[in-house]
Amino acid sequence: MSAGTANINVTVAGVTKINDLVTRFKFVRTGGGELPTFSGGAHTVVEMRDGDLTRLNPYSLMSDPANRGAYTISVRRDDQGRGGSLFMHSQVREGMEMVISNPVNLFSLDLRAKKHLMIAGGIGITPFMAQMKQLAATNGLFELHYSVRTASLGTYASELSAQFPSKVHIYHDDLEQRIQLETLLDGQPLGTHLYVCGPKGMIDWVRGQAQKLGWPREAVHYEEFLAPVSGRPFDVRLAASDKTIRVGEHQSLLEAIEAAGVDAPYLCRGGACGQCETKVLEHDGELKHHDHWLSEEEHRSGKVIMPCVSRFEGKTLVLDR
Amino acid sequence: MPKTEFPPAIRSRPVYGVLEPRGGKSHLLIADGAGAAAILDLAATAPAEIWARAHIIYIPGASGDTYTAQLKALKPAQFYAGPSYAAASQRIGDAFAKAHMGLQVCLSGTESLMGQAMYAATSAGIPHTAIQTEHRGSTARRMQCVHCKGITENVTTDPFECSHCGLNLFVRDHYSRRLAAFQAVCVDAEEPGNVPEKVELFR
Repeated sequence: MSAGTANINVTVAGVTKINDLVTRFKFVRTGGGELPTFSGGAHTVVEMRDGDLTRLNPYSLMSDPANRGAYTISVRRDDQGRGGSLFMHSQVREGMEMVISNPVNLFSLDLRAKKHLMIAGGIGITPFMAQMKQLAATNGLFELHYSVRTASLGTYASELSAQFPSKVHIYHDDLEQRIQLETLLDGQPLGTHLYVCGPKGMIDWVRGQAQKLGWPREAVHYEEFLAPVSGRPFDVRLAASDKTIRVGEHQSLLEAIEAAGVDAPYLCRGGACGQCETKVLEHDGELKHHDHWLSEEEHRSGKVIMPCVSRFEGKTLVLDR
Repeated sequence: MPKTEFPPAIRSRPVYGVLEPRGGKSHLLIADGAGAAAILDLAATAPAEIWARAHIIYIPGASGDTYTAQLKALKPAQFYAGPSYAAASQRIGDAFAKAHMGLQVCLSGTESLMGQAMYAATSAGIPHTAIQTEHRGSTARRMQCVHCKGITENVTTDPFECSHCGLNLFVRDHYSRRLAAFQAVCVDAEEPGNVPEKVELFR
C-alpha cells in the first residue's frame, strides 16, 4: 500500500538503448487515455514481476510534465544490484503490460527561486530532464552542471547541450574535467536554489560546500535513492499481523512484509521519504540502518526502522506491523 | 541594553533570536538605535576577518552618537549611517540586488526596522528562516490601520488614533510579514465614542 497513490496499468510503448549502461522505457496507459499530470522531479514506482518475486523500484520521470500521453524513465544497469535494473534491461519488451504507481515528487523545484542551479552526476540527470522541460516552458532561469564518466556514457549529454547550449555545462571525468564548485556557488545571485542528484559522494560534497559557503539549508535540495542492500537472511515477527516471516538475502524487509500479504505503507522505497517508518517492539541483535530519514539518535534508540532499505542481524526482531 | 524578552503571543507574532557568527564570506548588517549593541556583541565572538567583507547600515535615531564610533572601529568594508529607514531603503535594495548566495544577513534593533529589512531580504530571495534577528531598544510598534491601510510608526499605547484616518484603533499581535506591520482594528465601531482608556503597553 503506497500511501496516497493508486496504481496505473501501463503498456510498454518503447524500449530504447541509450548507451552501454542506460536504456529508456516509454509507458502509455493500457487501453488508452491520459496519464496523471506530474511536476518535474517526480518519480514513479515500477512493479517488476519476476517469477515469484515482485520488485518495486522507484525511477524518476524524465519526460515533459506537460505531456500526458506517455511517461518515460531511464534505467541504468547495475550488475552488482539486486536485479531490478537487470530485469528491466533483459525482460522488459515493447508491448508488455506493467503496473506503475502514480507520480510522487520528493524533489520538486522551489518556484520561489529566482534561479535554479542544477548539479547532476551520471544517471542522476533524469529528474532534471523533466525539470528543465518544465522551466523552459515557463521561462524559468536555470543552469545545469552535469558530470559524466566519458562522452559515450554521458546519458543525454549531447542532446541537452544541443537543446540548451547556453545553460548546459558537461564535465568529462576521463578528460579530468571537474565542476569548480566553490567558484560556481560563490558567484550565484541571491535567490538561487541549488539542486543535486547523483552518487552519494557528490551529494555530500555539494551539500557540504554549500553549507560552508553560508547557503541557507532551505535553498539546497537533493535526491538520493538508495537501493536496498542485500545481506544475510533473517526472521522477523510481525506482531500486529501475527505472522513470522523470513527476509531473503536479496529481498528488502519491506518486500518480505509485502510478500507475506501484509499491507505496509511506503512511498519512495529508497530511505528518503519517511512513509514506511515502523516501530520496533523488541530486538535482540543489531539493526542495520541504511536510510537517511531517521536521525542518528533515532538510529541508536533501536525503537524504529525504515524497512525499505534497512536490515537486521541477530536473534529476534519484532515489529509493530 | 540586553536582548528584549517578549511575553508569549499568537503564532503570527515574529520571534527574534540572538546574533551569532555563521559561515559565509560576506555580511550585511542592518541596525537602528540600540541594535548597534547587538552588532558589537556579535563582534566579540565573530572571526575578525568577516568585517573586511561586511556592510553595516545604521540608523542611529535617538541613540545619536552613542555607538557610531564603535561600529566604525570594526572597520567594515562599507559603513553608512542615515536618518531613517526610508532614507536607507535605496541603499538596502541596492545591496541585496548586487549580493550573491552565501550572504549572511543580520538585523538588530526595533521591530519596525527588522520587519522592513526582513521584507527586503525575503523579496531578494533569502528564506526568512536564514535571516538572523535580535531585538534591542524600543518595543514601540509599526501598525497598519486595516481600514484606511495607512501605517502609523512608533505606537506605544493601546488603543491609539490612526495617524491617517483618525479612527480609534486596537493593537493586535496579528502581524503581516509583507507589510512589516502589526494590524490595528477600529475599537469603537459598534458604539462610536465608546473608547477604552489608553494604556501604555510599549516603550
